[in-house]
Amino acid sequence: MAPIAKEDLAELRRYLMRFALLHLRDRSRAEDAVQETLTAALEREDGFSGGSAVRTWLTGILKHKIIDVFRRQRRELATSELADDDAEGRDPDALFDAAGAWQTPPASWGDPAKMLEQKRFMETLEKCNGDLPERLAQVFTLREVTGLTTEEICSELGITPNNCNVMLYRARMGLRECLEKNWMTEGRPS
Amino acid sequence: MLSCKEVTRLLSESQDRELTLFEGLQLRMHLAMCKGCANFDRQMKFLRKASRQYAASVSRADRNDRSD
Repeated sequence: MAPIAKEDLAELRRYLMRFALLHLRDRSRAEDAVQETLTAALEREDGFSGGSAVRTWLTGILKHKIIDVFRRQRRELATSELADDDAEGRDPDALFDAAGAWQTPPASWGDPAKMLEQKRFMETLEKCNGDLPERLAQVFTLREVTGLTTEEICSELGITPNNCNVMLYRARMGLRECLEKNWMTEGRPS
Repeated sequence: MLSCKEVTRLLSESQDRELTLFEGLQLRMHLAMCKGCANFDRQMKFLRKASRQYAASVSRADRNDRSD
């Protein structure tokens, strides 16, 4: 086993912190998850051999720690008095009339490629993600940022495929609306 | 004929699973006629692209931090 240099470890820790924060949205929870990840890694000396694979390996352990946190939260939420609707955001049905047609049809966003080049757009995306109800943001981030399949998310979090689809739908509707409000009207350079 | 509401739900699911031939056909018919949903479709694809880019920027920041 090749020991990892101190500066490499600091860099790895910074990366893992960013990854954990992306999902957990809370510094102390993210620090706990990263600490648990590094502790678990040190206990399994065989895998800790240096090189670029270390980061991938540690990220894999961290993913499991993050999912553990989500599972614990879900158990706590299930026994609390929080109604599902409160925990899962606004019903997108309100965007449509009784016949299912748009109240306000989405307008064109222009050239999206240009938007992606702007740092402020990423900040808006981050803010909108932060504004989503926590359970929706968790599922959306696992799906779109970490790239898990819906099957993986369902089995890891113990939710039904239909519930998973509904949560992803609500997250996407919420993000779309938030981006339109915060970027298209104000942030967009004229 | 699908409603806009049903179309948004299908467009969301199309990012997570393969749609059936019939679903795809119904979707294309609606999108050809409905500008609002066609815009929504582009926005959903954009949201995915933006999220991927955001994920990539998390790893890139790592390299930028390096002092060596």
